[in-house]
Amino acid sequence: MKKLFAAAAIALAMGTGAAGAQEFQPALVFDMGGKFDKSFNEAAYNGAERFKKETGVAYREFEVTNEAQREQAIRNMARRGATVIAGIGFAQETAMTKVAGEFPNTKFCIVDAVVKQPNVQSIVFKEHEGSYLVGMAAALASKSGKVGFVGGMDIPLIRNFLVGYEQGVKHVNPNAEVIANFVGTTPAAWNDPGRGGELARSQFDRGADVVYAAAGASGLGALRAAADAGKLSIGVDSNQNHLHPGSVLTSMLKRVDVAVYNCLKSAKDGSWKGGTLSLGLKEEGVGYAVDDNNRKLITADMEKKLQEARQQIVAGQLPVRAYQQ
Amino acid sequence: MEGFDILISVLASTLRVATPLVLAALAGLFAERSGVVDIGLEGKMLAGAFAAAAAASVTGSPVIGLTAAVGAAVALAMVHAYACVTHAGNQVVSGMAINILVAGLAPTLAFAWFSQGGQTPLLEQGSRFGPIALPFARSLDGVPVLGPLYGGIVSGHNVIVYATALLVPLSAWVLYRTRFGLRLRAVGESPAAVDTAGIDVAAMRYRAMVICGVLTGVAGAYLSTAQGGGFVRNMTAGSGYLALAALIFGKWRPVPTLFACLLFAFTDAIQVRLQGVALPGLGTIPVQFIQMLPYALTVFLLAGFVGRAIPPKASGIPYVKER
Repeated sequence: MKKLFAAAAIALAMGTGAAGAQEFQPALVFDMGGKFDKSFNEAAYNGAERFKKETGVAYREFEVTNEAQREQAIRNMARRGATVIAGIGFAQETAMTKVAGEFPNTKFCIVDAVVKQPNVQSIVFKEHEGSYLVGMAAALASKSGKVGFVGGMDIPLIRNFLVGYEQGVKHVNPNAEVIANFVGTTPAAWNDPGRGGELARSQFDRGADVVYAAAGASGLGALRAAADAGKLSIGVDSNQNHLHPGSVLTSMLKRVDVAVYNCLKSAKDGSWKGGTLSLGLKEEGVGYAVDDNNRKLITADMEKKLQEARQQIVAGQLPVRAYQQ
Repeated sequence: MEGFDILISVLASTLRVATPLVLAALAGLFAERSGVVDIGLEGKMLAGAFAAAAAASVTGSPVIGLTAAVGAAVALAMVHAYACVTHAGNQVVSGMAINILVAGLAPTLAFAWFSQGGQTPLLEQGSRFGPIALPFARSLDGVPVLGPLYGGIVSGHNVIVYATALLVPLSAWVLYRTRFGLRLRAVGESPAAVDTAGIDVAAMRYRAMVICGVLTGVAGAYLSTAQGGGFVRNMTAGSGYLALAALIFGKWRPVPTLFACLLFAFTDAIQVRLQGVALPGLGTIPVQFIQMLPYALTVFLLAGFVGRAIPPKASGIPYVKER
């Protein structure tokens, strides 16, 4: 009798397992900034939406609102039979390492962190390369020779933005000064637009006239402060040019949308591979945004210089140092 | 001259950062002076911030936003009063419940109404309280010392900052010079005596909580529609608790509380300036250390300098009539 039950249970398990395998089920776990942060998470959302539109496959999603939810969210997705799970953000590293070990047959992608497991694709960006170009743009647009940087949480990832930015600024104007501030040292630093704005204002008071904000939702405050003060700002991750047309000089694009799209797409057509992908200017993983909102701010001369530097970096003639090096 | 410029920008920033703290601390002052402990300041501010941003983004009017903020915060204050005054509930628990409720409810409503991941849309220039240039700010520009002092520090803030500056003496006057203030203080010290005199203790405490709600609502509106331009989850970032600390620091009196708030705001403004600046003889101080300063100062001052802070005697104790 017992055996019969066991056999039935196994048959049942295999039946559901088979059904799950047939159905391709992608899942996304956003991080604390929230799906529509106009920045990092929103880029991931755009990538997933593009995938949905092209393939007609719906995806599951979860927005993490506190630290404890990350692991639960990823595990729940895996348990419910998701084929591929994309975790957005470095903060999910620990949770994903754990869950990926428990579900060796599920595919995982993580953005901005490296998880060394065979079933995880780690996607990291060369933020310093993109920041280098916007640093050049800042220095070219600055009249005072002083430019600002507002970082979110003080972590190596954000320091990497700063290091690239500084090199770009100095490339154009070796005497330029970069004033750098960080919103905080805890994850709350991503959600404090008031302080982001205060930091930007303090930099303007010290003479800066362009500020680069790499601070999630806190950066919105910095962009706002720049618009209020009639100064220039540089957005990050998503194209933020439209937030304050005429004040946002450009945005350092981090193509999280492309990364997420590629992750889901490759998992669907079977070309998915584990390991680490490092996306820079060459892979078009980073770049700067030019559209109708900032067309007038980016002069032809500026654009020419940026394009030159871009080609040199891609060709390896112009080395850009990363913070971790 | 450079040092002078820095001083001006630090002081102007101090005023901007201090405003929500002062409003919240005054709110706490009225509540606690009437005998109701209110650690729900944070939650009420957050509710105000959300209501203001939501209403302003829908209607395009910051004044309607402010009204909505006051409405939301007063409603929560009434919930607190109903639990703590009418039903003699635990005041700390009720206050904490309000904080947690709003921390979850505001992003949820924002998500449901605006579908922007728990934020409200960014506000246009016209739907925020903009800076006001005071008269003569331009003409005094050329005058040394006085010009920058007036133009840089006093002028150019939004209307809520100026209103807050007036509210401090007004609160002191209400508290110490009016019949209402006398009764309010008496209710917080010895409700039984007030009851004997034929004054309704519960009604007094309800009135105090209405004032508390109004002030926290304004503080919230300041965060989302004057200083900032939209609601972001948890945007109060602990300022409600900092206001409580300032209140204890100021020994439940309006003017010392104002100075406590200014001190906190000043350390905050200073630490923004100190970040990444190389100090002579010390080199660059790590960000983490600088960001610790306001809190370290709080502990240091509370432990050593303030002396004994004696709260209103009946604060935190529900009043139950003997039968």
